Parts: sequence; C-alpha cells; structure tokens
Amino acid sequence: MPEAPSVLAHHFDDVEQQRGAGTLGMWVFLVTEVMFFGGLFLSYTIYRVIYPDAFADASRHLDITLGAVNTAVLICSSLTVVLAVYSAQVGNRTLLLWFLLATILLGLVFLGIKFTEYAHKFAEHHVPGSDFVYPGPYAQPAKLFFSLYFAMTGLHALHMVIGIGVFAVLFVQAWWNRFSPAYYTPLELSGLYWHFVDIVWIFLFPLLYLIGLHLPGIGHG
Amino acid sequence: MAEHIIPPKTYVLVFAALLALTYTTYVVAFIDLGPWNVVAALAIAVGKALLVALFFMHLRHSPKLTWVVAGGGLFWLGILLALTVSDYLTRGWLAGVAGKS
Amino acid sequence: MSAVAPILPTVPPPREHYLNANYGIRSWLLTTDHKRIALLYLVSVTLFFFLGGAFAVMIRLELLTPQGDLVQAETYNKLFSMHGIIMVFFFLVPVIPTVLGNFLVPLMIGARDLAFPRLNLASWYIFNLGGVCLLWSVLHGGVDTGWTFYTPYSSIYSNTYVIAAALGIFIAGFSSILTGLNFIVTIHFMRAPGLTWFRLPLFIWSNYANSLIMVLGTPVIAVTLLLVALERLFHIGVFDPDYGGDPVLFQHLFWFYSHPAVYIMVLPAMGVTSELIATFSRKLIFGYTFVAFASVAIAVLGFLVWGHHMFVTSQSMYSSMIFSFLSYAVAIPSAIKVFNWTATLYKGSVSYQTPMLYALGFIGLFTIGGMTGLFLAALGVDIHVTDTYFVIAHFHYIMVGGTVMAYLGGIHYWWPKMSGRMYPEGWAKLGALIIFVGFNLTFFPQFILGYLGMPRRYYAYPEEFQVLNVMSSAGASILGVGYILPMIYLIWSMRYGPVAEANPWPSTGLEWRTPSPPPTHNFAETPVVTWDAYEFVPPEKTRTAGQSPPHGQPA
Repeated sequence: MPEAPSVLAHHFDDVEQQRGAGTLGMWVFLVTEVMFFGGLFLSYTIYRVIYPDAFADASRHLDITLGAVNTAVLICSSLTVVLAVYSAQVGNRTLLLWFLLATILLGLVFLGIKFTEYAHKFAEHHVPGSDFVYPGPYAQPAKLFFSLYFAMTGLHALHMVIGIGVFAVLFVQAWWNRFSPAYYTPLELSGLYWHFVDIVWIFLFPLLYLIGLHLPGIGHG
Repeated sequence: MAEHIIPPKTYVLVFAALLALTYTTYVVAFIDLGPWNVVAALAIAVGKALLVALFFMHLRHSPKLTWVVAGGGLFWLGILLALTVSDYLTRGWLAGVAGKS
Repeated sequence: MSAVAPILPTVPPPREHYLNANYGIRSWLLTTDHKRIALLYLVSVTLFFFLGGAFAVMIRLELLTPQGDLVQAETYNKLFSMHGIIMVFFFLVPVIPTVLGNFLVPLMIGARDLAFPRLNLASWYIFNLGGVCLLWSVLHGGVDTGWTFYTPYSSIYSNTYVIAAALGIFIAGFSSILTGLNFIVTIHFMRAPGLTWFRLPLFIWSNYANSLIMVLGTPVIAVTLLLVALERLFHIGVFDPDYGGDPVLFQHLFWFYSHPAVYIMVLPAMGVTSELIATFSRKLIFGYTFVAFASVAIAVLGFLVWGHHMFVTSQSMYSSMIFSFLSYAVAIPSAIKVFNWTATLYKGSVSYQTPMLYALGFIGLFTIGGMTGLFLAALGVDIHVTDTYFVIAHFHYIMVGGTVMAYLGGIHYWWPKMSGRMYPEGWAKLGALIIFVGFNLTFFPQFILGYLGMPRRYYAYPEEFQVLNVMSSAGASILGVGYILPMIYLIWSMRYGPVAEANPWPSTGLEWRTPSPPPTHNFAETPVVTWDAYEFVPPEKTRTAGQSPPHGQPA
C-alpha cells in the first residue's frame, strides 16, 4: 500500500487497478483462512460423527450464556467496522475514530469473556493435558471435544488479537488523517478480515456450544 | 468494490437481523427436533454468514470475480469435508465381508 | 497490416539494467524488484537442493550393500526423512514459481512488477525463516518420521525434533501461499492492454493454475502440522487411538495438501515445457486452448484424488474406488498436454539447443512417470507395489525427470534474459546428456526393484537386489556430476560468457522485447498487445480459408 493517501504505487497504472488488486488479494487471503480453519472443522466433524453422545455431553460444560454474549459482541463489532468505513467514505473523521475505537473495545471484551471461559475450564480440569479429569463414561472422546474446543477457539482468538492489532494501527493512521473519501482502502480490507473472523465465530458458536441442549435431562442453561 | 455508499440504515437492519438470528438459534437449541437440531443450527449460521458476507463485506456489490473467489473457497472446504466424511461413513458398509470392517 | 510478432534486431547491451542499477547488499536484501527477488530465491533453493542431494548421496551409499552397514537404522530413517522434506518443501514446491515465475510473470504480461512487491520480498524472508527452523532441526539430528509425518509415530513416539521441522514447513508454506496470492492478483489485474487471457503464454496459465493450488491446499497442511505439534505438546488426542482419535485422519488431512502439492511441483514445469517446445519448434503449441484449460483441470482434479495414497489404510473400500477412478481422470489433462506437445513438434522447425533437450527429456520421462502413476492408481496393483521402490521410481521420474529437467531447461532458456550472457552450448549439451543418462540409470532399476518387492525406507535388503541397487547408486553419482556441471559453467558465463541480445533464440513473448538483462522497470513503455501467443508465423499463413481464429480473437 502507498505511503501517502493519494500516491499511486509505481507499478500500478491507476488507483482503480490498485484498489481492485488489493481487494482481490484480501479475498484470496480469506480463502486461505477458510481452508486453514477448515482442517479443524473437518476434525471436529469427523469426531462428532463418531462420538455424538460424548460431544453432546462435553458441550454442556461450556457456558452457553457467555458464548451467546460473545456472539452478540462480535456482531456489534462488525457493525462498528462497517460504520467506520462509512464514516471514512463520507469524510467524518470524528465518527471514524469513535467507530474504530468501539471495534477495538468490543474485540477486547470478546477476548476478556473468552479468557474468563478458559479460566473456568482450567478450574474444572477440562483442559487436555496431564490434568484432564472428566467423570463418566465419555472421558476419552470428551477430551477430544475439549482439544478441538481449545484449538478452534484458540486459533480464532489469535486471529482476533491480530485483528485488534490491525485496527489499533488503523486508529493511529486515522488520527493522523490518512483516510478520506478518496482513500480508505486499508479500512475496507481490514474490515473484510474482521468480518471473516466474525463469520468463523458464527459457525463455532452453534457447533461447540449448542450441541445436545435439546436432549433430555437438560433445562434452560 | 462498492463505489456507491451503503446507508447506515441498511447496516443497522442487517445488524438487527443478525442479533435476532442469534437469539433464535439459542432458543431453538433447547427444543428437541431430533436430527433436525443440527440442520436448524447450521441453517441459521449459514444465514448469518450470508448476511455478513453480502452486506458487511459488500459481496452484493462486488464484481463477479469476488463471488467466484468466495464461492470457490467454500466449495473447496466442501471437497475436504465431503470426501473425508464419506470415508468414515462408508467404512462400515463392508461389515460382514470376511476380514473387512 | 501484419500482426506478427516482430523479431527485434540485435541491440547493444543497455548500460543500466536491474543488476547494476544499485550496488550493495542493502540494495539486494531490501529490493522490491521481482527480478532481484527471483535471484535471491535462486540462491536459497539451490542451497537447499544441494543439502537435500547430500542426504540422497548418503542413502545411495548405504544401499550399495545389502546389509545396513554404513549407518544405523535410526540414522537411515533420518536420512530419507530429511531428503524428502528438504526436496519437497524447500526445493520442488518453490523452485519454478519463485525463481522463473517471479522473474518472468511480470515480464510476460507486460507489467512493471508483481501486484504486491513488498509482499514478494517478505515471502523470501519468510521462506528463509522456515529454512532456518528446518536447519535447526537438521543440526539437532533431523526427524525420522519420513516426509509424510504419519501419526501416531510423529505425534507421540518419535524422539526427534518433529515440532521444529513442522514449524519450518509451516512457515515455508506461508511463503508459498503469499507467492500464489501475488501471482493470482497480478495475472488478473496487471496484464498489458490487449493481452487477453487467451493470448497469454502457457507459462502464465500454468503458474496461475499452480497458484490456485498453493492458495487452496497449503493452509490445510499448515493446520495439520499444527495439530501434530499440539498433540506432541499437550497430548490432545486428536490422532491418538488411546483417546479415540484416528491416525488415518492425519493422513486425510496430510494428503489433501500433499497430493495437490505434486501438481504444484509439476504444473510450472509443464508451463516451462510449453514455452520451450514452442520456441524450438518455431510453432504455435498445438491445441493452445486445450493446454490452457488442461492446466486448470489438473489443478482442480488434483484435489479430488488424495485417497490414492491411502489404499492400504483402513480407508473405506468405496472411498478407495472413487479415489481410484478420479486418479484416472486426473491423468487425462496431463495426457492431453503430452499429446499436444508432440503434435507441436510435427512439421515444426525443430532445433536441438540445450533447453530443447531438457524439454524433450521432460516429455519422455514425465510420460513414464505419469503412466506408472496410473499403474499405482489401480487398486489391485497398488496393494502389491505400494510402499515399494516402484512408488519411489514413479515419483522421482516426475519430480526429477520432470520438474528438475524442466527447471534446468528453463534456466538455460532464460539465462540470457536473466544474466545478459549466453551459457556455453557445448558444455550445456554435455550436462544435459549426463543428467539424462545418470537419471535413468538411477531410477529405472528402482521400478524393477519395487516390482520385485523391495520395500522403501529400508536400509537393508535381500542379496538378490544388490545388482540393481548398485546400478542405481552408480547412476546417482553420474547424476550428481550432471548437476554440478551447470553450476560451474553458468557461474563462469556470468563473467566470461558471450553477451546476449534481447532475443537470442529468437522467440515470441513479451519478455524478449526488452533488453537482456531488463531494466528495473521492465519496459520503457507498456506494450500494447495485438497478437496471439507463439506467433512465429503470421496467422494469415497458418490458417486455411474458413478456419476460425484462436479462442476469443477477432477473425
């Protein structure tokens, strides 16, 4: 990306070509991310097919309320992202800064809730490792469930951390007036990344938290 | 990329729909629909993902190439899932034939 | 007015070009010029090639005798593992895209650089970082899991530095994803005016299709190796039968990438071959459109066949049958290419300079390798020859007889463009001959060994296999000489070789319309393309009345 907003990189012919290239590049990158998470989604799918009862049983030990709240938090953050881009499109620097800040804060809230959930899991000895304790007949496959839970949400959280970092950089750049109606491509492209991370969570939530709640013996969480 | 600017109202409506769908999936999870619980949960998730992709990611106003890229990624994930899961699902089909299970 | 591609007259070497535009180590290590980055990659991959080759030397030395007497069994496991890992991930996967692709893609499409030059430089650094991790693993004894890292051995039982090696591959894989991404965006957005898709050189089509594979497949092996690392560190159980995990799941995930990876290794080589065959037959590639689509078909179908590496695991018989059928299907586009190259030679004006020798070698050896792949795809045959030297011979015919030969052909062909000098033709022909003889002597006996039942990855074997093994090792020593020869004369030529013209062969293609070596910005003016690829002869002279013009072009 160019050093200053209106400067075209030397190898591009015009701004349209540059923006089109950047956008395609980000979408192609997101496809690689789909395949990256895909390996974990595959592992999850296989083991859920093989051990449906164990997965349902283990899933009930996750805090559905916190999971649902986190889903809402991420959806809010996606809204603040698109509104940040909109603010840049109409040249409103103040709104842009507020929405970028809101995005970062919502991201941090998400991570905070995640951290709390992880702390609970440690306390309950549901973390795969030498300390893993899971009473009942489903101990072995439950360990698989929790392994995948930590791997998938952990990888997702890592992507959140990176996203928050990116938006922090964008905030600083916006502060120094880098963006305008004529140039806001980094906001758009970072937004695409953020929305993708949101979409991953949109699938993680039902797949990890909402299995087996309908099975007998369970009241409202 | 969307040169024309989408009004905030559209975004807020999509946002409201996403929250509503989240609530729906949460509630439906407690209702016993047997094997359809998974279907319902995934269908709602797909719906939410489509809303995010089409409106927040501006896919709706993106060039066809972007659609091909996005669709291609999902399709490739589908290949990975379909061909691997079909191995596990069909392993038991030869049970009863000597030596195979 | 004729739209034939004009042959440029001899031009004196330019005073300033990409090699002498700036001096100093910083101007190289901080360059964003795709041509310089290509040369940086050339250095890295060549180092890895010789390191991987050193392991091969040790293997062939051990196999001179039926007993395991040169090294211990555990050491031998490390030798073939490191040979495989280095050759696959640090040589074959990157070589043609990062060296020839980086140099040529912008030139061939009339662009000033790739879409993301700084990302390109970052890719090189990331590649070397992966290499450093791998070297760390080598220096600490290497891994003994095979390049295939099968679980549960790699995830639980191996006492070697598996995570370091896996990390090296993970990081190098990220580099290849970024290269692929760069090529895809470049080819979509930065073609010169008039350069429509069906006017592109087939090298571009091959690199485009190859980039699709890199982008779609590599992330899967990345996450798979991550899971192996997590398994080793935290015993998460995902591949561990003791916890209900399935080791074969690893194989599904591993081969989902690693099978398309072999197409990553061969597709760019096919692209090089198309260029060489066209130039040295002075003729349009027969069935250009079919060859272009075949590249994409190989990329797509290549993702549907991975289970043919798992016929003897607990994979379902039904899955195996489907994978077997699809493996036959994926051979079809490759065969189309071989037929079309051959048809191009027919009534062409064929000359036998060194690049053409390599290209012809590619066609013959790739055909043998490809056909033996079909033998392996047959379920019944595979039961007998899987995990034997038959498989080893099969893939070396494609990787070495195919990819390495095409790479050498490409290096020779584009050497004048890259260095501004011509290599010595006599020595180069000798090198090609030595390589061809050495290669076949090394690997053809291995087909027989495998068929007779010698297993792969064994350092000791029954007495009756010794003659064939000795032949193979002898061939390997000849092959080694053949590889060292170009190293010597190519470096020699940079200083003492005759100065090359802009278009020495001469050939069509935009890269030949700029001086040798090119200026940093590639073209003085962006070319406007009004002709098809490989127009050695004006279209009016090749088309008979009533014949339609090439795909998408006006009559």
